[in-house]
Amino acid sequence: MSKKITIEPVTRVEGHGKVTIQIDDFGNVTDSRLHIVEFRGFERFVQGRPYWEAPVLVQRLCGICPVSHHIAAAKALDVIVGAGTGHGLTAVGEKMRRLMHYGQFFQSHVLHFFHLSSPDFLFGIDGDPALRNIIGVIQENRDLAVQGVMMRKYGQEVIFHTAGKKIHGTGAIPGGINKNLSLEEKEILLNGADPMNADKMVEWSLGALEFFKGYHAHNKDMVDTFAAYPSNHLSMVREDGAFDIYHGVLRAVDNDGKRILDDVDYQDYDKYIEEEVRSWSYMKFPYLKHLGKEKGWYRVGPLSRLNTCDFIPTPLAQKEFELFKAYTNGKPNGMTLHYHWARLIEVLHSAEMIRELLNDSDLQNDDLVVTGEKCKKGVGVIEAPRGTLFHHYEVDDDDRITLANLIVSTTNNNQPMNTAVNLTAKAFMNGKAEITEPMMNAVEVAIRAYDPCLSCATHALGQMPLEMTIVNKNNVILDRKTK
Amino acid sequence: MTQRKRVLIYGYGNPGRQDDALGNEMVNKVQEWIEEHHLGCMATDSNYQLNIEDAEKISEWEIVVFVDASKEGIHEYKYCKIHPQEDKVEFTMHAVSPAYVLHLSEKLFNKKPEAYILGIKGYEWELEEGLSDNAKLNLEQGFQFLTRQLSGWALIKKNLPISMLEAGE
Repeated sequence: MSKKITIEPVTRVEGHGKVTIQIDDFGNVTDSRLHIVEFRGFERFVQGRPYWEAPVLVQRLCGICPVSHHIAAAKALDVIVGAGTGHGLTAVGEKMRRLMHYGQFFQSHVLHFFHLSSPDFLFGIDGDPALRNIIGVIQENRDLAVQGVMMRKYGQEVIFHTAGKKIHGTGAIPGGINKNLSLEEKEILLNGADPMNADKMVEWSLGALEFFKGYHAHNKDMVDTFAAYPSNHLSMVREDGAFDIYHGVLRAVDNDGKRILDDVDYQDYDKYIEEEVRSWSYMKFPYLKHLGKEKGWYRVGPLSRLNTCDFIPTPLAQKEFELFKAYTNGKPNGMTLHYHWARLIEVLHSAEMIRELLNDSDLQNDDLVVTGEKCKKGVGVIEAPRGTLFHHYEVDDDDRITLANLIVSTTNNNQPMNTAVNLTAKAFMNGKAEITEPMMNAVEVAIRAYDPCLSCATHALGQMPLEMTIVNKNNVILDRKTK
Repeated sequence: MTQRKRVLIYGYGNPGRQDDALGNEMVNKVQEWIEEHHLGCMATDSNYQLNIEDAEKISEWEIVVFVDASKEGIHEYKYCKIHPQEDKVEFTMHAVSPAYVLHLSEKLFNKKPEAYILGIKGYEWELEEGLSDNAKLNLEQGFQFLTRQLSGWALIKKNLPISMLEAGE
């Protein structure tokens, strides 16, 4: 008999996660579930609105990754206005969007690593909770903490100068962009006063990678085995197999590296991907149709991107990618904590790309928008920091949106996060009927590796807790803790 | 001559989620008020939410007033002084509290501005732009209060008594 989960309105607004762990008479974990509250109202909300509003409207979804939604929506609408997919824009149009996207990637990954994950690496999963936070990091390695803050700030500056505004940016519009990068803005971002310049960001990105690799070298057993499991991986890759977060084709590989989705056009994503509804969760479970629900689910995000792509098109990140691939002899990497390693390689690539783009004179061109023959359906896909993000819109003859479907990154990782939580629960909780702080943190570490964003809602003065419950086989609550 | 950086008013929220925009709306009103009164020692800023890089931003200011929408059981608004405080690391927390930003400013940049938070009561949080009617009333009340505070600080700048400075709750 399943236990009924009630979602109160205030919960929906704040967003939080609940983990329920079921144990048998002997205290062994028999099942676990991660319940994530996802806001799904947007798709209905946007219906009936003029299509050109979508790239701004979608930013209402989330104050965490508005740029990702902004660009994905704009890409979908490029198709609708006849500008084609990906490379259909002018050079300045595509490159400005890429710069904005890399800025978002950079600041998002930096926040995750420095603020959320580095405390676990410095002090251990079962370390003193009083130290296991950014303040502990400051005490242990102040330079690292300052770098994290300044790198975040730099990424935000890139977004500001490309999106035009900090809030509800308007940089990307259907068929292109509404501003280029002035020479003054280029100079600020490329050669700003120390440390706010592109060279320093590359240098610090390398430093963060070295920090992780140093930790890994001394903690191989834990990093390599914690919530590790085989799975499929999906991401977008460039047509030639290169790592690309802005445009390409959809590729998925299985645990042996065999392609199970072979570079397909994402305009047809709904031919290949289905979403399963489960009674106990508000968040759907996507899977590859041809493999079915049981075998077709996949992971997305940094680890998956490095598992699917053939190479990274910047020199420093490519060198790190080769080390990453060599660690598993070229096979897909299923180690959950290696998400962090992959994420930091992506930070480095983003810094390199930002520097490369800033040196590109196309960013000062004035041909901002292209148009063509209009279509009634458009799909935009990007690799958001947390994974593959799908935006699908259909419009009528009056240019009003009749259908919107979004599959967000965290939804793609729903089953993987549940699997990671289940493995962690079995490893840390078997034989125990009481929740301890290290147990809770272990589950958090497993979830945190995927960097889920549960904030597709407002943030107003409140908390975003994790609630963990242990129930017996009859769903009687044995213990409950909220953190 | 470089203007002294005395007071920063920092509002935050998602203006696409109804009353969550209270902080942003306050900043818009206060910015007009600052320009009208030519108070070059004051400035405003806004964002979706606070984050770690704001520690560097506030470290440049003597006084910071954070303005946010509030779902708490308060009346029109609540104003109080805040002190540096460590937050626990949420498992997926991508935003931080004003007290935490203050704490980071102190620890990372050795600066501890005098800081306050003005929470304005909101009621509606759906995917729409525009404040609810009750939130608009609260915004106006909060604006009247905040500009009295700012006037007081402007007087302090001129070495006049703190006659208009009200105690926070």
